[in-house]
Amino acid sequence: MHEEPILEVRNLRKQFGTGCYKCRELGTRELEKNFCKHCGTVYACQDISFDLFPGEILGIVGESGSGKSTMMQCLYFDADVTSGEAYINNSILARQNVFELSSQQKRSIRNHVYGMVYQNPVHGLKMNFSSVGNIAEKLIAAGNRNVAVMESTSKKLLESVHIPLHRMKEEPRNFSGGMQQRVQIAKALSNNPPILFLDEVTTGLDLSVQANVLDLIKKIQRDLGISMIVVSHDLAVIRMLADRTIVLLNGKIIEQGLTDQVLEDPQHEYTQQLVYSLL
Amino acid sequence: MKANTHFAFFDEGSKKEIRRAIMKAVAIPGYQVPFASREMPIARGWGTGGLQITLSIIGQSDVLKVIDQGADESVNAVSIKKLVHETTGVDITERTTEASLIQSRHRIPEVPLTKDQILVLQVPMPEPLRAVEAKEYRTKRMHAEDDYSGAWLMLFEQIMKYGKTATAADHPVYVNGRYVMAPSPIPRFDNPKMHHSEALILLGAGREKKIYAVPPYTNVKSLAFEDYPFTVESFEGQQCHLCGSAGIFLDELIDQQTGKTVYQCNDTSYCMDQLNQKEKAEVQTSYA
Repeated sequence: MHEEPILEVRNLRKQFGTGCYKCRELGTRELEKNFCKHCGTVYACQDISFDLFPGEILGIVGESGSGKSTMMQCLYFDADVTSGEAYINNSILARQNVFELSSQQKRSIRNHVYGMVYQNPVHGLKMNFSSVGNIAEKLIAAGNRNVAVMESTSKKLLESVHIPLHRMKEEPRNFSGGMQQRVQIAKALSNNPPILFLDEVTTGLDLSVQANVLDLIKKIQRDLGISMIVVSHDLAVIRMLADRTIVLLNGKIIEQGLTDQVLEDPQHEYTQQLVYSLL
Repeated sequence: MKANTHFAFFDEGSKKEIRRAIMKAVAIPGYQVPFASREMPIARGWGTGGLQITLSIIGQSDVLKVIDQGADESVNAVSIKKLVHETTGVDITERTTEASLIQSRHRIPEVPLTKDQILVLQVPMPEPLRAVEAKEYRTKRMHAEDDYSGAWLMLFEQIMKYGKTATAADHPVYVNGRYVMAPSPIPRFDNPKMHHSEALILLGAGREKKIYAVPPYTNVKSLAFEDYPFTVESFEGQQCHLCGSAGIFLDELIDQQTGKTVYQCNDTSYCMDQLNQKEKAEVQTSYA
């Protein structure tokens, strides 16, 4: 791919705690895991850099605690980064580090550029509001003030994720886990975001529903050409969805490349373990 | 007037603190200013916010009127009037035009207010975004960032469920194009009265410890979608069964025995005025 990346992340760092003289002097390279034994400071993400190209699906794999979700939260502005830069290449935000923008600007990016599907639908949806309302919320936030337009857009989206029409005005708390996840996907897609984040979307769903959701994601990517970052600890999910894959361990990128390459011919010791530990 | 109590119940320090909050509220229309809500001799939720504002701005030359849901003689209104009168000795009136200070619960009087009057509204729930966000620090941030999608979402939900915006009272308003404000539980009918009101409107929430204000001649716009414009309660073809007034906010009364529905002015002093005027006119013509 020789296109310009749509999202560039450079040296993203996120730590919990201030660090002590030991871990600061030694540098995080010396740490056995991702935390300092002396002061307990957790270095959740350390110098993560990558590019996301238009229309590609980037997979992020790693074990629990490897910093996948923290990275995602930082990119989606749910958490503040300790340091680092990220650039979104569109006409409005040309070469501005998005982490340094004001919270209004960040909110505008969330409403116009990003879509997010959380692992737990509770975070992404308002369970007391109707499904149509949940999707309309994003449209309202993006400045839409026409009920008829929002209603028809929401209905179209819900239809595209296979939510039956007669249940559209129902609150998602009455829905099954898979349906909630699909409503979340519809919500994330409501304002045609160029970038979509998917955080462990299939975890906790049974196999047939998993396949359903994965098919849906694949179809959306094919139809709309949205760039996606897919975080998962499930290699099968990554294998099915991702064009390129990044492997995280203790907050650091240890391997990256084309998904086939990484999964068929792993170079790093940890990746080898990960690939061969498949049941 | 009781000899031993301080003028207007409060000590001067308290009045000063509340006045400062009021000044700030007037300076930033629609912004909820936190203040140290005091323990009052009436229960929280019975108008302590309004009462604290009234007591801290009242002067000896003021004339007070207190309304409770349009009525001047309800228990709540009478008790508040009694307290203020006993501690200040100011004149009490029921006529809107005579009052310089009007404390009200859930209504704005029918007679248009003038620039010499101040309206104090009692507010139970000052936060228009509470239904979408339970956490105070989050709603504060939403106000700061002009993020009112939650308020719009509530209206959208009503339209989805009932086919129209169904806020019976407390329909959110944009004040001065910036802050979304809960106008206290006044009926939608009274929302337009806030727009470019000649009188200063002060809103006090005692339990929630917030004061906010709509200064005179401020833009107040009720939230409404493009294709669902804001509407007020309609009493088309109805009139008060006592004074015969129309085009005002009417109460619907159902006679339990006969099952007949009659309408009556909600604003009792307005109704009384109309009746008195009629009588006067009658006396002039019949006995002249």
